[in-house]
Amino acid sequence: MSTSAPALGMAGAEPIDPATGAPYRADHLLIAEMVAVGSRVLDVGCGDGALLQLLADTRAVDGRGIEVEREKVNACVARGLSVIQGDADADLTDYPAQAFDYAVLSLTIQATQHPKTVLENLLRIGRHAIVSFPNFGHWSVRAKLLLTGRKPTTRNLPEPWYLSPDSHLCTIADFVDLCADIDAEVEQAVAINTWGRRLPINRSIRLQNLFGEKAVFVLKGRD
Amino acid sequence: MTLTTQTPATTANTPALRQARAPAGKAVTLDASEPLRLESGKTLAPFTIAYETYGELNDAKSNAILVCHALTGDQYAASVHPVTGKPGWWETMVGPGKPVDTERFFVICSNVLGGCMGSSGPASINPATGKPYGLDFPVITIGDMVNAQVRLIDHLGIHELFSVIGGSMGGMQVLQWAAKHGDRVFSAIPIAAAAWHSSQNIAFHEVGRQAVMADPEWCQGSYLSHDRNPERGLAVARMAAHITYLSEDALHRKFGRNLQNRDDRSFSFNADFQVESYLRHQGSTFVDRFDANSYLYITRAMDYFDLAAENNRVLADAFRGTRTRYCVASFTSDWLYPTRESRKIVQALNAVAANVSFVEIESDKGHDSFLLEEPELFATISGFLNAGAMKRGIALKPEDKA
Repeated sequence: MSTSAPALGMAGAEPIDPATGAPYRADHLLIAEMVAVGSRVLDVGCGDGALLQLLADTRAVDGRGIEVEREKVNACVARGLSVIQGDADADLTDYPAQAFDYAVLSLTIQATQHPKTVLENLLRIGRHAIVSFPNFGHWSVRAKLLLTGRKPTTRNLPEPWYLSPDSHLCTIADFVDLCADIDAEVEQAVAINTWGRRLPINRSIRLQNLFGEKAVFVLKGRD
Repeated sequence: MTLTTQTPATTANTPALRQARAPAGKAVTLDASEPLRLESGKTLAPFTIAYETYGELNDAKSNAILVCHALTGDQYAASVHPVTGKPGWWETMVGPGKPVDTERFFVICSNVLGGCMGSSGPASINPATGKPYGLDFPVITIGDMVNAQVRLIDHLGIHELFSVIGGSMGGMQVLQWAAKHGDRVFSAIPIAAAAWHSSQNIAFHEVGRQAVMADPEWCQGSYLSHDRNPERGLAVARMAAHITYLSEDALHRKFGRNLQNRDDRSFSFNADFQVESYLRHQGSTFVDRFDANSYLYITRAMDYFDLAAENNRVLADAFRGTRTRYCVASFTSDWLYPTRESRKIVQALNAVAANVSFVEIESDKGHDSFLLEEPELFATISGFLNAGAMKRGIALKPEDKA
């Protein structure tokens, strides 16, 4: 990892997004650590632009965003970010191959209509793809399903099944299978626990799948 | 007021015609040594570009913004119109502390080639004959308008424009600038625009032109030489066009089926309805400030605009290699230059990995929204210009130089 920008530790005082006053999300901080300084990044589903702002401020990144909600797009542009209104399913096909160093999809893949196509597009557009998602294999999810017999809701996935935009929830193990299926190389896989801390069990997918609340994967297409 | 009772005014010395030939504001005339080569193959020399400026150019000449006006606009974007006495057409957007902040930026707005507020156009005197050009004025294009602006920018000693901004036909000029003179455009803001004129838009323009040409006062385009003016035709053209600038919702909200100054229908063809009265007013005030032949020439230029045509219909190729930063904006209720046209621009820019922002602004006011007080649009443009100005190292005020 390049290091000329300030390191963003997961512990200690929480860094704050100056535009919204909210603390940066744990997966955003983790992504910021993974991205090389000065690289070109496309953030798909960039929301209010928190990650793009963080990357611009701490990693000198040349960032672009795609966001589906109009109000969020306008907020991003008003704070000086380069963001277009669009969505991962429809608009990724417009971009040329290898246009970015990283194509990022943070906590969005589960809400896309065609996660496999979206992931293939990310790997085509970016030299690397960084994907974070809520892990539906977390022990608490498994326990809720086992004990209540109903689709679990969690802090990350609060809506009941009939309201949830997340039509394609997956576990870390499921995601690893998809990566194998589309022949993507997993360069890095990190799970975060409930407190936003990186799990110390990086090597075992099985344990990450049980104790990781969210996962961040760095992928690369095989040539 | 009805249109039918108006007597056509003589045109020889109307305030509008005086402005067409001797504008109240700034103007530069480029003589025969520097002819303007037009897309049609013809040349124009000498030619005049009338313009206004607001704010101050900084020492680095890096803070210039070119504002491009729409079909019936002019150079008086942020100052009083010399014919109508009304405030500038974009005073909400351009001025001290406004999104296009004249305390920070040097703003240039020129009357387009073919216009009638002092730039060379069909109402100008043809130096070869000493008479008004009329239809002897060559047919011009958006590209020709922009090439004339390039000459103006050269004349002002500015190499790179910090931004080019405009709505509707102004947005077409912005796109033309970025596609053809990209090395001179740091950022581009096409609003409610399109990369080509749709057949529906050409159709509406043809209705307007036919209305002008059907007026016997038009005299095959030579009305100025005959001291006449096709006011009725031009007013009808404006009325039809004005409908396309609004939306059904906006018209309904503003007028509904309300009657004008009466309690019941008059059982005649008077302006019973408020919306009729409104349109007639739009038509009759327009003819006081606009030249009918200019209307023909400028609508024609818009019809001919098609950035994809010269790139085998691949719009992205028009922008290949672009380094300009783009902010594209459209409005939800604009059916004349709908969001899908802006999206085509955005898709083309994405295809060449350009730096592009795109917002669709929620508004029920139709195409004309770009001229109105739309806070979301203002926030977007402020944010975009500020971010660019920081990258470009433009101080908040020119005197704040480090």
